[in-house]
Amino acid sequence: MAIEIDGKTIETDEEGYLVTLSDWDENIALELAKSENLEMDDARWEVVNFLREYYDEYQIAPAVRVLTKAIGKKLGKDKGNSKYLYELFPYGPGKQACKIAGLPKPTGCI
Amino acid sequence: MSVTKKFLYVNRRAPYGTIYAWESLEVVLIGAAFEQDVALAFVDDGVYQLAKGQDTKGIGMKNFSPTYSALGDYDINKIYVEKESLEARGLTLEDLQHLVWEDEDEDWAEKDSIQVVTSAELADLMEQQDVVLSF
Repeated sequence: MAIEIDGKTIETDEEGYLVTLSDWDENIALELAKSENLEMDDARWEVVNFLREYYDEYQIAPAVRVLTKAIGKKLGKDKGNSKYLYELFPYGPGKQACKIAGLPKPTGCI
Repeated sequence: MSVTKKFLYVNRRAPYGTIYAWESLEVVLIGAAFEQDVALAFVDDGVYQLAKGQDTKGIGMKNFSPTYSALGDYDINKIYVEKESLEARGLTLEDLQHLVWEDEDEDWAEKDSIQVVTSAELADLMEQQDVVLSF
């Protein structure tokens, strides 16, 4: 599979995750969000950017439980809970936010 | 009702050259995501998996050593390194990454995750597990 942006073809896997992490930029994120029927607002960017930083540091996309805890620690308890994160990403913060962030599907996510 | 079992993952091989070390780490993270009681042991060349300052540029493999620092986030805080294996390779605890976990019950105090154990102590630990997986 692939998505087209500004005349460039970006390769994705069968579930829509980027094949090459370094392809990612903010325009691609907007396109990936569109394919998930999500509008990117500040709250969603915050989670997406958080995931990219996490990946940069640890080389993995964290499991939802770990993501929730880590967000709580960094951005506060009102954001570090499943209710908040599932409101932003109804089909799973791990799955959807990782896809938009250009990361692989979280380890342990089935 | 879910059942929590005690899992020990035994890592015996050098980090690169085969896929065992990375596969083990992935299985460990999956096990922990299912909230099992997870411990890791590093013996023989497996102790190199935790070595500081890994650089994989020359071999074209992903350097996954930063991922070990995420183990604390997964509530994995029992990481045993066999003393005899370190000594045979001229290594000490100082040559390994400093891995920590944060204790929620003590206001997120950072604590060391790695424990150096003798081969005899490791044998006792294996005895206490429900499942031992060797990589």
